[in-house]
Order: sequence, then structure tokens, then C-alpha cells
Amino acid sequence: MNYRGPFRIRADRDKPVPQIEHPYDAIVRVTRSLICGSDLHLYHGMVPDTRVGMTFGHEFTGVVEEVGSGVQKLKVGDRVLVPFNIACGTCPFCKQELYGNCHESNPEATAVGGFFGYAHIAGGYDGGQAEYVRVPFADVSPTVIPEGMDIEDAVLLTDVVPTGYQAAEMGGIRKGDTVVVFGAGPVGIMAARCAWLFGAGRVIVIDHLDYRLEFVKNYAYCEAYNFKEMDDPVVFLKKQTDWFGADVCIDAVGCDASGSALQTITGKKLLLQAGSATALHWAVNSVKKGGIVSVIGVYGPPFNMVPMGSIMNKGITLRTNQASVKRLLPKLIDHVMSGRLNPKGIITHRLPLEEISDAYHIFSAKRDNCIKPLLIPPRANLA
Amino acid sequence: METKNKKEPDQISGIDRKIAEMPKDHIPGWGIDADPENDPTYPMKIWNGADYQRINYEKPPQQRVKMEVLHSIERPGITRVFGTSTPPKGLSGSIRRWAYKYSEATTAHWMGLILADRVNSVEGIIDDLKHGTIPNFFEERGWSAEWKYNRAGFIKNALTGLLVTSAVIVLCTKKNRK
Repeated sequence: MNYRGPFRIRADRDKPVPQIEHPYDAIVRVTRSLICGSDLHLYHGMVPDTRVGMTFGHEFTGVVEEVGSGVQKLKVGDRVLVPFNIACGTCPFCKQELYGNCHESNPEATAVGGFFGYAHIAGGYDGGQAEYVRVPFADVSPTVIPEGMDIEDAVLLTDVVPTGYQAAEMGGIRKGDTVVVFGAGPVGIMAARCAWLFGAGRVIVIDHLDYRLEFVKNYAYCEAYNFKEMDDPVVFLKKQTDWFGADVCIDAVGCDASGSALQTITGKKLLLQAGSATALHWAVNSVKKGGIVSVIGVYGPPFNMVPMGSIMNKGITLRTNQASVKRLLPKLIDHVMSGRLNPKGIITHRLPLEEISDAYHIFSAKRDNCIKPLLIPPRANLA
Repeated sequence: METKNKKEPDQISGIDRKIAEMPKDHIPGWGIDADPENDPTYPMKIWNGADYQRINYEKPPQQRVKMEVLHSIERPGITRVFGTSTPPKGLSGSIRRWAYKYSEATTAHWMGLILADRVNSVEGIIDDLKHGTIPNFFEERGWSAEWKYNRAGFIKNALTGLLVTSAVIVLCTKKNRK
């Protein structure tokens, strides 16, 4: 794929196959690739330093085609799932399993580690919505897909499942807690599903798209409400929680949130702040005093209008980070292989990579009840 | 091409650790209430003290720099690996170079990059035309999917666009005649 500017994407057959640039690199032929909700922030032109000509995509599986001279674990022919974090494995952050905060993979920003296909603020790497990808530090994060695992489950383990799981984990959920998830996109759905793994007593999801609310209700066994049918979602949630507030609130929306004209105009139209922080605003106001707000929704780097006074006065613990995929993979592979989690159940659209412009539009405009689109490159099924 | 402010991480002074590791015997009660269980980063961060050995951590080999790589001024140089997609060029590249003179804490940095992105999308169209490619906006914007799944909305938006454009043209023509 070839990004041409906000809302413009092209299937490009002339892009050269990537080369080994470093002894620890591998070249991977992509077999499946997903479009992430955070790719839509790039597509909408909201993420600084998104350059024309880039290839997006940080959720992909593939087959190792070539390895650099220093790669020892991965072999040509290995079928791998590639976590979205590019991690060196030896910096102080990677050593402490903060693989999303690697210090050696992103020269352009210190605020975030390197990711595939996510603008130059994440290192300027071309991503996996392509036929071939250069994968740095190939021995660190890429993981051989376990025997018997469905490739569609594997590709969702590169981001969506660990991100949703970490959202719940960061909530510090105790058995019996009421957990509110803002956003019924793929990550919100997965966060709601994973909240039960930590012993939540009640899980409530808030969104404004009925088809997504219907989906999450069935997929994640939770309650689901449309904020457009409420006068004020915060008051609704206070009433729902005996006027105390939820024990844990999860912002699984990030900078593209709807629901507040002020946030939308200043964040999404005028770009005076890093997108619209409506979900975070509601999360802070809906959580109980001394509660925990887990932020997994993606925000741009400059700044956002958030109710800092309430965070302080209510004694809220704010927990947030990019998912550390490699840290969570062993546990999540077990959950998938044992049938406790069914990631591929959220894939609603399967399209050839050549139809990527349509795929982005369908996902962005929420057409055809889209939850998660999967892209299949033309060479995906080569032996 | 090498980047400005190039300085290998090995040249970091280590002053922070030196100060932190100085004896604190002169401070009454130093460390008396330290509680290792009080760790709000658990379980995200597996605490093993690596933060305190950060100066001389084992670094991977350096990727060869064969193109211009901008880097944040909040670090001493480039990282051991970096992406090789789309090096800065043209007017947008100049704006990006300017923006990277400011730290990630400044509006100049981020707004400069957003401005560069907008300029870059115009450059992309010019570049396409130079290479004999006429951008297919209908296809690039996924409007065939819109036609398939939201035909009524598509027609409504197209007609609205047509109406607004016609109105603007008529207004401009009238003004010119006066």
C-alpha cells in the first residue's frame, strides 16, 4: 500500500521488495495483515510526520524469506506472527519487558518505541499491509506460530488481543469489580472480553454504534449501551453504580472519539489538540474516587484537554502504555489454544490486499457493520 | 548522510547515576520508609534494576546510515535501527528539518510536522503528475466501497458537493462581471 495523504491510499505494485539493512533483520513475506483502529488515525491525517509514500500496517503474520547474518533463532521458512513493537531486547526498557518502549528502535521520538508502519514518530518503518516487510531485531519479538493455531487467531495476537488484554490488566481489576469500557471497536471488545479473565463482576461497554454494541454484547458477554440515547453518559454510569462510580474505567477509543462538540471541533477539525479526548474525559468522571483509569486508546503526541483536577481530587490512578506484546504472548497463546479466547471471531471482512483503499474506507466509515478487516496479499498462499 | 547532533550513546556522561549513587548518610532518615511492594508499574514492568545499569547496556550493532534520518533532540543520536521509508525531501522535508530542531515538548515540533504532512500530500500529487500518473481520487478514497454500501449517502454527498461548487462558481462569476 502507498499512503498519498489524508483519506487517500493506493495499492502500489511498484514498491521495491525491502532489503536486509542490519545483521539482525529478517525479510518476511506477509500472509495475513489487519487494519488497526490506530491506522485510521494515520489515514485521517491526525498523526504528525506521516509521510506520503509510507506503507502502514503493524498487525501481520508471514513466512521468513531471508535473515541477516546475526539472526540465530529464526530460520527461513518459519511461519511467524510479528508483534507490532520493534524491540531490541537489550536496552533497559526491553530488559524490564517494556517492549513497547524500546530505546533503540525509534530515532524520531523518545515518547514511543519503534512500530511497524506507523509514521515517522514511530521510527519510519514500512509496515505489513504489503507483500514483504523488513523486520528488525528478528530474534526478539517475532514468534513462530504454534502448531495447530489458526492463522487468523495468530494475526490478532500481534496487537488486538494483547492490547485489549493489557487494557484490562492495567485496570488492576479485582474479583467483583464493575468495569466500564469506552469504545466497542476491536480493542474495546477484546478489553471487555479479557476483563472477565481478571474476575470482573460486571462489564459495561459504551459506544454510539448499535451494530457494534450488539456485537460486543454477544461476543464479550457484557452489557452494552448507546451514549446517544442518554442525556449524559457519566450520570447514567453513576446511576448504574449506585452513584459511586465504576471501579475501573477503560478508554479504548483514543483520539477519534465522538460525543462532544467542543472536543470534536478543537481536536479533530482544528487539530488544536491531539484529537478528541471525550472518552478519557468520561472515563475520569465515571470512575469512583480512588478508582483506576486504564488508557489504551491512542492519542497523538502534542496534548489533550483532560480533567486533570478531577484526576487529582478523586485520587485516580491513571495507568497506560502501549501493549508489550512479547511479554503477554505466552499467556495469550495459552488462552487461545485452550479455547478461552476466540480472537478470529471479531474479523468481519476479508479482502485482497489490492482492495486496500476500499478496506480502509469501509473500516473508517463503519460501513457494512465492519468490526475488523483482514487483508490477504496475493502471495499469501505460496508454499 | 549523517544527522546533526550525532553523538553516540556511549558518550553519555553518566552524571545522573553518579549523583544518585553518592552516599546519603548526611540525610536523616534516608530510605527508612522505602517499600519495594509499592510498585504501580507492576505487572507491566518487570523490575530487575536495569534502569540503574542503563549507561553501559549491551547495544546491538549500528544500522548503516545510507539516507537522511532525522532524530529527536531529546536523545544524543540515532537509534541502532531505524526505518528507511520515505526520507525527508522537498519543501516538506525542509519543514520537517526545522521541526526536528525543537523538542517533543514543544508545539513548534508537532505543528511543524503536521504542516509538513499537509505540504507533503500536495507534493505527492505534483510528483504523481511529473511521473505521468494521474491520481485516481475515486479509487484512492475507497469511493467504490461507498457506492456499494452507502449508495444513497454517496449520491446525496455528490449532489451536495456539486451544488456547493456550482454556487461558488456562479458567485465568483457574478463578482467578476461587476
